[in-house]
Amino acid sequence: MSDLVRNTVRFVLFILVQYYVLFQIRPLHEFVVPYIYYLYVLWLPFTMGRMSLMLVSFLFGLTLDYFTQTPGLHAAACVMIAYLRGFVVNILIPQEGAELNYKSPSPVSMGWAPYAVYVLVLTLVHHIYLVLLEWLQFGSFLFFLGKVLATSGISLMLVLITELLFFRKEKFRTNTA
Amino acid sequence: MRNIFLFIRRYFNFVFFVVLQVVALYILFHYNKFHEAVFSGVANELTGNIGGKYSNVTNYFHLKSTNDQLAKENTELRNALFSNFTRPDTSQRTVQDTVPYDTLGHFRKYKWRDARVVNNSVSLPNNTLTINRGSNQGVQKNMGVISSQGVVGVVINTSSNYAVVMSLLHRQTKISASLKKTGETGQVSWDGTSPLFVTLKHIPKSAPIAKGDSIVTSSYASYFPPGVLIGTIMDVVDDKSSSFYTLRIKPATNFFNVQYVSVVENMLKDEQAKLEEETNKINQ
Repeated sequence: MSDLVRNTVRFVLFILVQYYVLFQIRPLHEFVVPYIYYLYVLWLPFTMGRMSLMLVSFLFGLTLDYFTQTPGLHAAACVMIAYLRGFVVNILIPQEGAELNYKSPSPVSMGWAPYAVYVLVLTLVHHIYLVLLEWLQFGSFLFFLGKVLATSGISLMLVLITELLFFRKEKFRTNTA
Repeated sequence: MRNIFLFIRRYFNFVFFVVLQVVALYILFHYNKFHEAVFSGVANELTGNIGGKYSNVTNYFHLKSTNDQLAKENTELRNALFSNFTRPDTSQRTVQDTVPYDTLGHFRKYKWRDARVVNNSVSLPNNTLTINRGSNQGVQKNMGVISSQGVVGVVINTSSNYAVVMSLLHRQTKISASLKKTGETGQVSWDGTSPLFVTLKHIPKSAPIAKGDSIVTSSYASYFPPGVLIGTIMDVVDDKSSSFYTLRIKPATNFFNVQYVSVVENMLKDEQAKLEEETNKINQ
């Protein structure tokens, strides 16, 4: 499958799973909202330019927003992590040029530990920004703090499960072959 | 000038990031106006369409409970049939009125339309439903929506074939409600904590209340006919400093599996609103 087809399929699947599975679950508590959809942004290829990355993330977030009737909320959070993704990858990549040897960020291409940090940082940023926007409209500081922590916890667990279930084999690419 | 261009070229990514953020936040905080003007129609049609296919599947899982509800409603309606009642005075014969129109001047105030729920949320901070009736079928903004169990919400947006309903579990919901027993009027709203209960405020402490009392729409609620069940009192939040009760209400409608609803149109709503507005102008 080409990159374009694969990412288009993922786009649709992530939206449908997020809205029709995770948002339909009876909430355990007002703080615990399972989010997985932003993993789409983390999985986009290394080779995409910053601008196209942000544009795709914006459209992705906006699509989910039209299902939840909150236009702009998820879009803003997605654009935020798409922008910061580049910086985080640059810091965490093990050696110079490693991002050219592999297609996209994954435990194989970055190593488990750097990949875990990459996911953790962007998950926190995403949830802090998302809940902050909600908090501006209502709620207290305790609501903000509790929701960020609880939601990040459950999201990280979902990301781990997804990574183990759908293990992505990344081919090592060289220019000799 | 050249420096400005250089600056923009150097920080183009950041500028683009800021532009996208501003666009997103603008849409978010100007939700109602912007939404209506730009995307509402197309986006509603698309998400409503997908939601319709999804609910076709989930409908099967709820067939039994839906059937039970409908059967229950049928018996209730049968009980309300006119033929169930007899006149106490049998010596008089009823004479058929030959005049073709109602001489008492009755005219229709509420009009009902049925609809199916194609999309529903309960776990978000502001919950909405999408129904498969839109402006082509006569559904407009600010119409009440009622299920066979009780009040569901108010229509806030329509496209040609779908409408979005703000359910009771929405922070902007405000419905005028009264105690069924004694008629004191208050306001139902939702504080966003749990989808299992909503809040009723402004009931004076002089009113006799007990757990399990029915709360119905009041005759001041212009979107709903009076006397439609909203829920039952679950418990009383004690506030000594206030002379009003804050009551927790268990909604009559089960928002987790609501499937068939009716949209109520109050045909005199505009007339009432216009009159009140004109009076307010005079009073100012």
